[in-house]
Amino acid sequence: MAKVIIYPTNSLILSDMVERFGHEPLAMMEKIREKITTVGVDSPPLNITPEGPKHGLKYAAVEVPAGVRGRMSIIGPLIDIAEAAIIVGDASISFGCMGCARTNELTKFLIREKDIPVLEIQYPHTEEEGKAFVYNIAEFLKALPTGGDDE
Amino acid sequence: MSEKDQVLIALVSCGSEYAGVQKELESAASTLNAKLVYPEMDVASLDTIGMEFGLEVASPDLKLMMARAKAVVEGVAKVDGVFVTSCFRCAEAAIVRNEIRRYIFQNSGLPVISYSFTERTTAATLLTRLEALTTIARRKHLLAREHQVGITAGIDSGSTTTKAVVMKDDEIIGEGWVPTIKVLESADTALQQALDQAGLKREDLQAIGTTGYGRFLIGEHFNADLVQEEITVNSKGAVYLAGKQQGSATVIDIGGMDNKAISVQDGIPGMFTMGGICAGASGRFLEMTSKRLGVEITELGDLAVRGMEKNVEMNSYCIVFGIQSLVNSLAKGSIPEDVAAAACHSVVEQIFEQQLQEVEVKEPLILVGGSSLIAGVPKALGDLLKVDVLVPPHSQLIGAVGAALLSSGFVKG
Repeated sequence: MAKVIIYPTNSLILSDMVERFGHEPLAMMEKIREKITTVGVDSPPLNITPEGPKHGLKYAAVEVPAGVRGRMSIIGPLIDIAEAAIIVGDASISFGCMGCARTNELTKFLIREKDIPVLEIQYPHTEEEGKAFVYNIAEFLKALPTGGDDE
Repeated sequence: MSEKDQVLIALVSCGSEYAGVQKELESAASTLNAKLVYPEMDVASLDTIGMEFGLEVASPDLKLMMARAKAVVEGVAKVDGVFVTSCFRCAEAAIVRNEIRRYIFQNSGLPVISYSFTERTTAATLLTRLEALTTIARRKHLLAREHQVGITAGIDSGSTTTKAVVMKDDEIIGEGWVPTIKVLESADTALQQALDQAGLKREDLQAIGTTGYGRFLIGEHFNADLVQEEITVNSKGAVYLAGKQQGSATVIDIGGMDNKAISVQDGIPGMFTMGGICAGASGRFLEMTSKRLGVEITELGDLAVRGMEKNVEMNSYCIVFGIQSLVNSLAKGSIPEDVAAAACHSVVEQIFEQQLQEVEVKEPLILVGGSSLIAGVPKALGDLLKVDVLVPPHSQLIGAVGAALLSSGFVKG
């Protein structure tokens, strides 16, 4: 099983596909769930306290806007542990929307910087493209090592 | 709307929660009995809002901001005011923030303010801005007041000086102006000065209004009828003293710690900005300059009028680097007149670049606050903007006059 970071990192469809092929999706929803179920953290609605942007400093320097660093405090650690990645380009909002374009640019850059298998694929607009889209992702996931569960 | 009613403020943001400041926003709002709401919109509208708005941006959250602004304007979201906010340092958001504010202001008649946050933004920083927003929403009837009646006092507890006035039937009959050292003692002294000049006693006052940084503390001390932030009070005071209560005007208030630029319509503030992240080039900067030049602050203006700011090389209006430039210029042989002119120019340049870009400048341009008395400042502002700058009489007492005027709304009988 490989830890696969997905982009958009809040895409339920991608997350589900990764899981179906026996891998662990690294998705934003999981991290948010951790935050909202951890006792003692109380800043609504996403539980990013002023500490978030400080943790984000590991991924983006101090002159980068606070919101980018706050987002990176969630996404950055996911990239750190990723063993593979799927990046979907130009996705529609309903497929999963990452709100801040500056964060998106940095996220994709940091994923590409890592020495891990990366599938970059464009979001489909026709049925034919849709089939090819699912096929390519499935082939990529099948090719990833399984059974090497380290958890 | 009764005073006790909750004010609904639409939060139009590209993700303040991600910057860790959401708790501070909520906290400032709840202090003012306001509630932040997130205008609902159709998710499909996000695909077309960029083209519709005419601003195509990369960030989906900025599209969300535009869609929410549209929901506010179209009345889908019923709110009393709008707070537009995004990250400090984000160029894309700065463009959107500015256009959204203009769009809401022009199309809805709702009070709207904007702010760029950092992760260090606190509820205290947000309070004055949100207080002004809720006041405009809640107290329009009070802000519509055009005449002062009875005997009232206004006290402005500013960061540098405390001002007080006593007014009777539309006229200032006593004034006091002292440096702010201990907030309460300074306020007592200033008020006593004003009462002495008016030949009155505390018990003669029918209402008291307080404003400025120390407004809450002195408001409690004097059991004030009105405790109000300086944005609404000063803009009202400015148009009152300038005799421009009807129609549009722009008020620029250069304070000791921060500057305010306010777009006013019929005495009610619309868009405004308040010295954002850094209050570098404000009254404090001029104080430091006069100290360095060895002249009294009151002499700086005349000195500046005789000088040429272009003769001094100044590449920053930051209070640290700006003073450094002035010191370097003096070391290279610049004359004090030119240095004083450069300092005044630096102050207005900062207002122009940091604040007036976000506020629509409509004449008359009314300059108030202690710095307006330094002749070089209105001259530099007029030169820069190519408009006539109006400095009303008693412009340094603007907050106190505004507070005395508005508090007369509480005079009984």
